[in-house]
Amino acid sequence: MKNRVVTWTLAASALGVGFGWAASAYAADTVKIGLIMAYSGPFADTANQMQAGIDLWLAEHNGEVAGKKVELIKKDTGGPSPDVAKRLAQELVVRDGVDIIAGFTLTPEALGAADVATQAKKFMVVMNAATSVVTEKSPYIARTSLTIPQVNYAFGKWAVEKGGVKQAYTLVADYGPGHDAESSFAKGFKEAGGTVVGADASPVANPDFSAFVQRIKDANPEAVYIFIPGGAQPPAIGKALAERGLTPPKTKLFGQGELTLPEALESMGDTAKGIVTTFHYTMERDDPLNNAFVKAYRDANKNRSPDLFSIGGYDGMHLIDAALKKTNGDTDGDKLIEAAKGMAWDSPRGPVSIDPETRDIIQTVWIREVKEVDGKLQNVVIDSIPNVKDPLHGAAK
Amino acid sequence: MVGQVAVILFDGFAFGMLLFVLSVGLSVTLGLMNFTNLAHCAFGMLGGYVTVVLIRSMGVPFLWTLPAAFLAAAVVAVVLERSIFRLLYRAGELNQVLATIGIVFVAAASAAYIFGTGQLPIQLPAFLRGSFEYGGQRFGLYRAFLSAVAVCVAALLVLGLEHTRFGARVRAAVDNQRVAQGLGIDVDKVFAVTFALGCGLAGLGGALAIEIVGLDPSFGFHYLVYVLIVVAVGGLGSIGGSFIAAALLGIADVAGKYLVPGLGSFLIYLILVAVLFVRPQGLFGRR
Repeated sequence: MKNRVVTWTLAASALGVGFGWAASAYAADTVKIGLIMAYSGPFADTANQMQAGIDLWLAEHNGEVAGKKVELIKKDTGGPSPDVAKRLAQELVVRDGVDIIAGFTLTPEALGAADVATQAKKFMVVMNAATSVVTEKSPYIARTSLTIPQVNYAFGKWAVEKGGVKQAYTLVADYGPGHDAESSFAKGFKEAGGTVVGADASPVANPDFSAFVQRIKDANPEAVYIFIPGGAQPPAIGKALAERGLTPPKTKLFGQGELTLPEALESMGDTAKGIVTTFHYTMERDDPLNNAFVKAYRDANKNRSPDLFSIGGYDGMHLIDAALKKTNGDTDGDKLIEAAKGMAWDSPRGPVSIDPETRDIIQTVWIREVKEVDGKLQNVVIDSIPNVKDPLHGAAK
Repeated sequence: MVGQVAVILFDGFAFGMLLFVLSVGLSVTLGLMNFTNLAHCAFGMLGGYVTVVLIRSMGVPFLWTLPAAFLAAAVVAVVLERSIFRLLYRAGELNQVLATIGIVFVAAASAAYIFGTGQLPIQLPAFLRGSFEYGGQRFGLYRAFLSAVAVCVAALLVLGLEHTRFGARVRAAVDNQRVAQGLGIDVDKVFAVTFALGCGLAGLGGALAIEIVGLDPSFGFHYLVYVLIVVAVGGLGSIGGSFIAAALLGIADVAGKYLVPGLGSFLIYLILVAVLFVRPQGLFGRR
């Protein structure tokens, strides 16, 4: 019943708004992009960095995609709430008449908006929301960020085969992405012959890690694998580990890249040396495209460095631009998603492409180690695994 | 095993002491002045940002930033007390709650605007970093420092309120405002100073908290729940009560996560319910 009402509302408004909008939009040669993100609340920093990535791309391209002026309409979800995201997506489609919906800092936002994209047949670009299942929720979704299993499954194998570790203890944040990370790392790790000697989940908003770290110390494993959201937690856990003497090279520390973001490294200091992380984007990687991107980003953002959210937004804009060029500016959702499938380009993060089957991103997974370079701690790339697909999409079929 | 118990007690006590410094000011204002100040942790955040700015932009040593954080929070508290809060003293609890939570929103938005939404890390001086070894177990130096500061704060507060003239005035003003006024005590001023003291302590707590839990614009909301739990369990207006409650909750939190990680951080809520069930006025509450 509810669905039918939505459909009718959308259909009716598409008729009503559609004509007026089509005339004005094409005549004025603008493309309206609706952005749904958590601009306020505890995840506001994520949205800020992503917006800065989007803005940088636009600034570098005269504010145009495929020769048309871009009009951004920003909607704030305030946090991980699917119902708000759905309502905002409806508003964007019905009231603002957007051509494309994009953004999505958090998985619940993307899941909430997916139905609207399907019903309204709008191209939807997910620029972060890293849970595997997101792209399966609507045939109009393409993703330009990463999936957590993508970077962690390959990393689990790498830890045994090249990292030389046989047993590990895992500690992850107790929420969807944390469980995804734990299971995919453990899967890769076990398949390559390693054993997981213990697994704990810490509360998502965890002010103090000392108890969990003590449990790890009691188990005395060869290595520890950690997944926690960025922000206050990486330095907190880094310091708690250092207080117990759980630091490389004695105990190897593995994690996803959030663990060693620049702010965390600054706060952890020398104890961070030797931590090995897996990520799809390494800000410090020496590559002409990346160096130019980092420099331009810092110039535009008071010297703040880009991170995974920035690159997700930046590449998301590239995908929109490239897909629109392929359709000659036609913003029809079916045509745009067809154009996006198989699209490949060189991003500052390395070579990427959109998987024609899953509409998810295929990219290089970088393995990095924290080292001191010119007196500053940095993530130095020590290995790479090219063309990694999300391992879960295949498994679901 | 003994060593592990010692480590858990030590870590839990240190975390509890952090909660104590953050919450004791609220216990004082809530218990002594009957004023529900949900913006208490916003003053903690202010103290934290003062410390961060002094260290990062001016290179002031960490220890010197602590009194600065206390003073800054206290001064801002006096200004706000004189301008906004005093209007609310007789306004009823609901109005106090609504107005002060509104101030937290304003503080969070201002902090995000001025300092950005990201984390602002600080680097501690070398003598507070790392750990020392005792009996085969490692203990964090900063946690030891934190515990020492908190114990000093508690001792000073007890001495100040129980054994000085000012403390006597505060207690008199709380017991019966009209009589106290009749005896020539400037109740307005006493309350203003008490309020500033409470908020200053929150500022100090915020500065001390950066190293353990980090600092971002949502600090004022994030620790409000913990602080309210400490005050409720300890009993309003009781400094000793806040101290014991904070230590108990800190140790329970760490021990709970260590022994039953599945239960995780839920244990302190169970304790809250259990204590309030038996003693609705808190462990050391008088009313």
